[in-house]
Amino acid sequence: MTYSYYPGCSLHSTGLEYGLSTRAVFKHLGLELNEVNEWACCGASSAHALDHTLSLALPAYTLSKAQAAGHDLVIPCAACYNRLRNADHAMKHDQSIRSQLETMLDFEYSGSVAVRPVLAVLAEDVGLERIRAKVRNPLEGLNVVTYYGCLLLRPPHITHFDDAEHPHVMGDLLRETGVNVRSWSHATDCCGGSLSLSRSDVVQQLVGRLAERACEAGADAIVTACPLCQVNLEMRQTGRVKIPAFYFTELLGQAFGLPEANSWWGRHLIDPRPVLGSMAAAA
Amino acid sequence: METNLVIEVDRVSSQQVEQCYHCHKCTAGCPIVGAMTYGPDLLLRMVSLGQTETVLRSRDIWLCVGCFTCATRCPNDIDIAAIMDGLRRMALERGFPAGERDALLFHRLFLGVIQRFGRSHEAFMLGLFKFLSRVPLMNDVPAGIGLFVRGKIPLLPEHFRAPAPVRRLFQGKRL
Repeated sequence: MTYSYYPGCSLHSTGLEYGLSTRAVFKHLGLELNEVNEWACCGASSAHALDHTLSLALPAYTLSKAQAAGHDLVIPCAACYNRLRNADHAMKHDQSIRSQLETMLDFEYSGSVAVRPVLAVLAEDVGLERIRAKVRNPLEGLNVVTYYGCLLLRPPHITHFDDAEHPHVMGDLLRETGVNVRSWSHATDCCGGSLSLSRSDVVQQLVGRLAERACEAGADAIVTACPLCQVNLEMRQTGRVKIPAFYFTELLGQAFGLPEANSWWGRHLIDPRPVLGSMAAAA
Repeated sequence: METNLVIEVDRVSSQQVEQCYHCHKCTAGCPIVGAMTYGPDLLLRMVSLGQTETVLRSRDIWLCVGCFTCATRCPNDIDIAAIMDGLRRMALERGFPAGERDALLFHRLFLGVIQRFGRSHEAFMLGLFKFLSRVPLMNDVPAGIGLFVRGKIPLLPEHFRAPAPVRRLFQGKRL
């Protein structure tokens, strides 16, 4: 199976280990990822905050590049996924926006590219059984909560992924690795996103509450599917005890016994190795 | 004059503010409301009352992070996050100073970097933000160093110039 792949800016910088672990997991599952040729930034929250046309045109540009390749487009980053779905939705349902973007970008929109998050590809195309069959190193004894944040799920008429208030796909995948997925009420709460630099006090408060509630739920770590959530979670905790934030792809890679997993942990601002070590000790 | 604000906000956001019956669900679920002055529900009421200045000068429209919790839960399917986007653009067009200066600075620097390089470049953007924002200079320096030593803030951009079609998208825009 071959997919087009849009890493987005974060996966080449602050979310480095999300990109590394996504590629490693896909390779291990026999799935090919072809990076979209000459992709550009999706504009993230800044474009839609300031300029409506730009907030559609930037993701539409990358979509036009993916359209030429012809495969399903896989996107790990929640913000990129949201913006590309948004542009795709606008071009599908609004003829005037579509012609405007087609003229601006000199392409013809076909609507043939399925824009999909990594979680959906693993759950639907690979399936839980194949994930389970690949586990060599069960993560029994590791307690986590799953954290989706905002942009993978909302607004639901754009994202069309999982359940916007009660998502379960990440937990379904992780349970196959033996992880103990604890229940909590904050899986879809916001981390404060792009306010991280200008109002770090707001983000500290939101992240602090998430970390506190995760601990109360009995979790040793939070598992995310968004590079901005992950960096906010690890950078903005101010409490005495800090808990790490894994990408779900990292835990899959660890459970599959991939040797490169060991090179991901040192990339974290909060070292997750003690948590992985205590799991080994408990097992 | 007073009702014109509703018409204008509806137009820039493709929403219908007048559908709101003030159930307060948006404010109840807003993660940022603690830092806001009014919160989304009250802001919509002020829009229908035509309080243009207060709304467009408010910090609330700049604090909204676009998490879409309000848009997802609104019983009348009003995309309140889209209204916030529209209000920000109106505030800029009419020359109101941003209620959260550094939030606007961040968006401008971010888009400036995309215009030049086609992709985000943290080192460049964070460096400028540090010097231009009112956030104390030494804030986040340890975290920035932490990211740098972990190889997560490359010094050089991946491309030195955005692809031509991307550069064209920015033509004539004053962001």
